[in-house]
Amino acid sequence: MEVFFQQLINGVTLGSIYGLIAIGYTMVFGIIGMVNFSHGDVFMVSTFIALIALMILTTWLGVGSILIALLIVLIVAMIFTSLVSWTIERVAYRPLRGSFRLAPLISAIGMSIVLSNFVQVSQGPRNKAIDPILNNVFVLSAAGGYQVTLSYKQILIVVVTAALLAIFWWVVAKTPLGRAQRACEQDRKMAALLGVDVDRTISITFVMGAALAAVAGTLYLVYYGVVNFHDGFTPGVKAFTAAVLGGIGSLPGAVLGGLLIGLIEVFWSAYFSVEYKDVAAFSILAIVLIFMPQGILGRPDVEKV
Amino acid sequence: MTSATDPNFARPAPPTPVARAAREALFAAIIALGVFGPLLAFRTTQDMQNRLIVETRYGLITIVVLLVFAGRFLLSLWFARERPEAGPALGARLAGLVPRSVRDVVRSGLPPAALVALFVYPMMIMSLTGGSGALKWIDNFGIQILIYVMLAWGLNIVVGLAGLLDLGYVAFYAVGAYAYALIATKVIPATFPGLGVWAFWICLPIAGILAAFWGVLLGFPVLRLRGDYLAIVTLAFGEIIRLVLINWTAFSNGYEGISTIPRPSFFGVPFNASDTGFAATFGLEFSPVYRTIFLYYVIVCLALITAWVSNRLRKLPVGRAWEALREDEIACRSLGINTVNTKLTAFAIGAMFGGFAGSFFAARQGFISPESFTFMESAVILAIVVLGGMGSLVGTAIAAVAMIGGTELLRELDWLKAIFGKDFDPAQYRMLIFGLAMVAIMVWKPRGFVSTRMPTAFLKSRRAVSSDHVKEGHG
Repeated sequence: MEVFFQQLINGVTLGSIYGLIAIGYTMVFGIIGMVNFSHGDVFMVSTFIALIALMILTTWLGVGSILIALLIVLIVAMIFTSLVSWTIERVAYRPLRGSFRLAPLISAIGMSIVLSNFVQVSQGPRNKAIDPILNNVFVLSAAGGYQVTLSYKQILIVVVTAALLAIFWWVVAKTPLGRAQRACEQDRKMAALLGVDVDRTISITFVMGAALAAVAGTLYLVYYGVVNFHDGFTPGVKAFTAAVLGGIGSLPGAVLGGLLIGLIEVFWSAYFSVEYKDVAAFSILAIVLIFMPQGILGRPDVEKV
Repeated sequence: MTSATDPNFARPAPPTPVARAAREALFAAIIALGVFGPLLAFRTTQDMQNRLIVETRYGLITIVVLLVFAGRFLLSLWFARERPEAGPALGARLAGLVPRSVRDVVRSGLPPAALVALFVYPMMIMSLTGGSGALKWIDNFGIQILIYVMLAWGLNIVVGLAGLLDLGYVAFYAVGAYAYALIATKVIPATFPGLGVWAFWICLPIAGILAAFWGVLLGFPVLRLRGDYLAIVTLAFGEIIRLVLINWTAFSNGYEGISTIPRPSFFGVPFNASDTGFAATFGLEFSPVYRTIFLYYVIVCLALITAWVSNRLRKLPVGRAWEALREDEIACRSLGINTVNTKLTAFAIGAMFGGFAGSFFAARQGFISPESFTFMESAVILAIVVLGGMGSLVGTAIAAVAMIGGTELLRELDWLKAIFGKDFDPAQYRMLIFGLAMVAIMVWKPRGFVSTRMPTAFLKSRRAVSSDHVKEGHG
């Protein structure tokens, strides 16, 4: 039972990170019907930006309080990652809008190759490990010689995720910007006729997705303490699985899917085998897409002639 | 409102093209500083104590930003220049200078000429560079490119003809490679050791059949899926096969892979220095280049068989059904085409050629490991098919030569070291440039190099169909 609770805590932490990335996939798919293949690599770029910002703050500027440092890192990573994503949308996807359906997907795969190789060339192929931070733990229960612990960084991850999701939900549900986004999602041409700047709305959607990916990237760096240039692909595919599992296009679905994928991965590793945890994630992806492509909270896709 | 009637009001003069270009270039430079700044200006490395430190590279980021500024400035000026009245495009005007009869001769004479060039290529290289230099040119350029041409033509059956977007094609390549490697190193020595020299020729069809079987097996669950979802599920299948190959060490030897795979023989005559070897049998001096040349001709034949089969299939009922399926699946079903069988044959035949290519790959390398079958390979093959203009064999071949040959050429650019310093290794920019080329070609020509279609069924005369009327990619 103690093992179960410990894995539950770990799974929710990991699931928060997946959920944050999954929102980027689900929003872009909702608004332009495209699988933004490079989103996982945008996440990876954000981990590197966070790493560099953290190194500069702690070693050069000597910021003493780790929480203040992390807050600055979070904001810096969000700004720069958003800029990267905005540029990608502008350069690689916008010229292809209205083109045939494969073109943006191929362009996105190309962008994903560019991002991971750019980081490899500019930052080197080796793992980058930082000293562990926020490692103190609360011991919740120590029955039977097995300690169930909750570390500061797990609390940080869950709190930051919850806070940003609340802000984000407010933006989409209550502001004119969110209304424009929902309008574009339903009917882009009609939204344009009614005076919504569609190009700008799509750009902002990419920027919002990237900002949340940057939050996930910063939290990933805090949680694991190691980043590498090819760490974009697998978390990206898992987050996409989360988006599909929750119902692509649905924001609460993405978070729910992220939590489920995180829990499944952690429990699978704990009770079955660590080696096959990625196989489990990919299998879930295939099974969900084949048997319930509308996901848990999504609308069924009606085929029109 | 008053300003319009005020005689003293002067409308601000429109900015000159140079001023506008400068403003746009400045904007682009600021964006570039933000995008490249964090990752180029700072670099994290390990110091002597193996701790992470940050180095600065302000010079590099300055150069990059200045380059972006200059590039954007010139681009803006180019677009803002005074244009003469719109005439036909440059290509069309140039083509108009050449008489039609000459054009027809070139068009009909090009494929035979390319075939002849393909067959004399090893001899040409041999006479130009001599024995040892030729090895590299035939192996890295000839064989390497032709493997991708064959893979792309195989995938073209699935993606280009049947319109089924497959991002896991490398799985079948892996099935073929592992089928040959395991049968040739484990099964044949244990059962019929006498067949050792024939291993490649026995395993080639087996690998193809196994891959086709896997094509049906993986195709069956995804029959209902279309478009992006199909792509993602096939990606998942490809990754699952790779992860199983990594983790099931008893079967595949995991990360270490399988080595000492027997090399192909010249129809029973091995390529070695012994008295019964190829060189001794034909009275030649022993040289490793003969095996490479032989492998080159094997892959040429395999690729040509792929092209011939897919061209013939297009004219058969099943090929027509594939193309109809690509254009409109619902219409197909309404007309009574069995979409299940049509899709499964496309998956099976495409996978079969992937299996052939895989077993050739294993035979050529002599060593395989799961590292060779990553998602990146699938993406590269799909990129070649799409960049070539899905469905066009010639375009696909051009794309393979441009993308694979171009990135291989980077390995040869040693003179760049003289400019950028000793540590500069052009080969590490291979995939970066590949990805940039993918994006650039998509933005510039979303339909690929050869976007027109030659229909196999027509009413009165056979005419190329413009890409605007081709609707693939929806299925």
